[in-house]
Amino acid sequence: MTPGETKRRRDDERRPRLADHDARLTVEGLERERRALEKTWWNGRGLVAWLSDTDHKAIGRRYIVTAFGFFTLGGVLAALMRIQLSRPDNTFLSPDQYNQIFTTHGTTMMFLFAVPVVLAMGVYLVPLMVGARSMAFPRMLAFSYWMYLFGGIFLYSMFFLNIGPDNGWFSYLPLAGPEYGYGKRADVWAQLITFTEVSALVVATCLIVTIFKLRTPGMSLNRMPLFVWAMLIVSFMVIFAMPSIVISSTCLILDRLVSTHFYNQAEGGDPLLWQHLFWFFGHPEVYIIFLPALGMMSEVIATSARRPVVGNLTMVLSMLSTAFIGFGVWVHHMFATGLPELSLSFFSAASMMIVIPTGIQIFNWIATIWSARRLQITVPFLYMASLFFIFIIGGLTGVVLAAGPVDRQVHDTYFVVAHLHYVLIGGSTFPLLGGIFFWFPKMTGRMLSDRLGRASFWLLFVGFNMTFFPMHLLGLDGMPRRVYTYPASMGWHGLNLLASVGAAVIFVSLVVYLVNVIVSLRAGAVAGPNPWGAATLEWATSSPPPAYNFSPQPTVASSEPLWHTELAPPPIVGLASDTREVLVTFLLDAEPDHRYPMPGPSLWPLLTAITTSAMFVWSIFQAQGVVWGSIPIFIALVGWFWPTKGKKALEHGAPTRLTARESLS
Amino acid sequence: MASSRVALDVSDIPEYGFGHRSLLWWATASMMIIEGSVFAIVIVSYLYLKGRVPHWPPTGPSPQLFWGTLNTIILLASCVPNALTKKAAERFDLAAVKLWLAVCLLFAVGFNVVRFLEFGALNVRWDANAYGSVVWVLLGLHTVHVVTDFLDSLVLAVLIFVGTDLNERRFVDVSENALYWYFVVFTWLPIYAVIYFGPRIS
Repeated sequence: MTPGETKRRRDDERRPRLADHDARLTVEGLERERRALEKTWWNGRGLVAWLSDTDHKAIGRRYIVTAFGFFTLGGVLAALMRIQLSRPDNTFLSPDQYNQIFTTHGTTMMFLFAVPVVLAMGVYLVPLMVGARSMAFPRMLAFSYWMYLFGGIFLYSMFFLNIGPDNGWFSYLPLAGPEYGYGKRADVWAQLITFTEVSALVVATCLIVTIFKLRTPGMSLNRMPLFVWAMLIVSFMVIFAMPSIVISSTCLILDRLVSTHFYNQAEGGDPLLWQHLFWFFGHPEVYIIFLPALGMMSEVIATSARRPVVGNLTMVLSMLSTAFIGFGVWVHHMFATGLPELSLSFFSAASMMIVIPTGIQIFNWIATIWSARRLQITVPFLYMASLFFIFIIGGLTGVVLAAGPVDRQVHDTYFVVAHLHYVLIGGSTFPLLGGIFFWFPKMTGRMLSDRLGRASFWLLFVGFNMTFFPMHLLGLDGMPRRVYTYPASMGWHGLNLLASVGAAVIFVSLVVYLVNVIVSLRAGAVAGPNPWGAATLEWATSSPPPAYNFSPQPTVASSEPLWHTELAPPPIVGLASDTREVLVTFLLDAEPDHRYPMPGPSLWPLLTAITTSAMFVWSIFQAQGVVWGSIPIFIALVGWFWPTKGKKALEHGAPTRLTARESLS
Repeated sequence: MASSRVALDVSDIPEYGFGHRSLLWWATASMMIIEGSVFAIVIVSYLYLKGRVPHWPPTGPSPQLFWGTLNTIILLASCVPNALTKKAAERFDLAAVKLWLAVCLLFAVGFNVVRFLEFGALNVRWDANAYGSVVWVLLGLHTVHVVTDFLDSLVLAVLIFVGTDLNERRFVDVSENALYWYFVVFTWLPIYAVIYFGPRIS
């Protein structure tokens, strides 16, 4: 046996041990540890420190703030459309402006708001919920944020230069192809998608590895909070769904820039290939937006009801089956394309089947609320409960649309617009706003005002229904979506005006929400670690949490650790405090495996994102940008991975490190 | 919880883990799922487009078999030094890692050069028709993997030879890099079958 093999065998047998009356657990010991951790995880001050931050909480916050920035921009675009449509034959916007505005609105809300913001909630919360000191691959996480930010800036720069995309948020061919999509507008859309898919794929990978490998000892898979389950399932959906849009948008750009013929009917291509590829991604995308919201629902409802959600296992299985079925329903977006009857029936049935797991979850929540110890109707609870009303309406119109014949009747009308806003806003934005309200004290240390919160909620609830409910009727009456105006003789102006007034109410409600955030940041009541009396680990640390999240790192003995304090599982000692060390555990039962140093702050992720963005933008103007633009990316990546000299990560507590290089061979 | 008197002391557990124990293995797995799905979707698109026209290729001859087949052999043969690199890394045998990693790089130079010749043997341009487009994208995508795998193995080899910050986790890096190498080789097999035999089987 070689010395290396001996070492491997010896290392594999090194296990943790229980330490009784450990000196490190005394008050002084803990204080000393905390001071050392403060120093090690301290990021520094100033602009460079800010730009090189890799703390998942800082990045999560930035993601959330940025996403709400884009939400505001997308909302302003929506307001412009509602002004335009508030009366017939309006000339407030030109048709061309209207095209760019509805496309940029949809693209913003889907790609720059809904997906990033739900992933961002995971970025902030998941490491805290699983009791880890850091996210896996913190520098990759920082890179993903910069890519997302630069993608959004790119879209809006182009929009303000009058080259905003104008083919709708799903950019159908041949309208977006080289024949009809003139200028750079469709390229801008396709390349924005590239930015956002890179960022989402990186976040998904970071989340999966964090959830699989950084859960604190005791948190076996069956003890994982439902929000963490939701994020795990969503991350897998991202990595299976995104490749489809990677390919389809790349082929779109290639068709436009180097004359390939993927979607060109005349040369053997097929515009319908685009629709298949887009919706194979696009439908799972809806569940990518929706499942994290369900996870937030479960956490808030359990906390309000002061009991675990009924049927924990069925909740997880429902989310899993939603994710699976979600990949088998894409053709219901294509019922009007003349596909064979058999495939219509198949996809119709699959689309109706997806109601079953969603129904199970809704009944589980109702049972949880029903059997509550003492139900607390907090503001987050109101937001979550509104799902029972709004999302169910959206779900029911979804069942209606899943029937092929009905779908053909209302295809491309305002009925679809109403449906998708009920599903997405009711199923995701309402729970998200509730979730922000719920975790705001954790993120900032201060409570949001209850009074302003209730006012904002009810305004949003009323405004939302005023805006989108009339659209069902308009759609049934035949009003097509994406028209910049309509003649007075159609008789649609009353309902349109009502919808526009509703949009104004939504605007007021969001202003109230924003005022609440700003005022509470300065003057909100101090929250303390666990203001809602919740059960999961993120509430075990201070609000806001320190950079290292926990000291000492807790272990768990149940799925509601903060409600079962009598179990008192032993905390962790022996993690290094002079490097950013985390505890890696085994996948199923989270038994301790090894210790692992996380990299500290770095500017390389930002530099890599800058070079990558430059290549992406360059390549839509000149094809050779792909080749020459890759060289700076390569240099940045080498700089990133080059080990920093003099900062040996293994200086402490390692009895058998490799020192003499050749001695082992 | 901080008041507990019993603690779980982890100071003596190792600072590394190979295979599914390492974080990097899971990140590599995620990357393989993503890129594997990308390949699968292009192959499905290929078959979709093939099903729409009476003749495949629509015009002109099928791709020449020689360079593609030669490259398949080189790629498969590179699995031998790759396996030896992985084994050497997992028993911390630095000299063997250096040797077999260098051999791997030689193979990588070989299949990168032959890959260049493969494009010429496709007998179609990307802008000729949809067939040409999908064949070029399929081969191009795999080429991106071949090139990046070469470059990241090269950077890794430089780190190993320079010896900066050489600890157990660097050997884990070598092991995971070898895993990704297998991925690049084995995804080639279905792509090879589709590109070269798709036009030959009606």
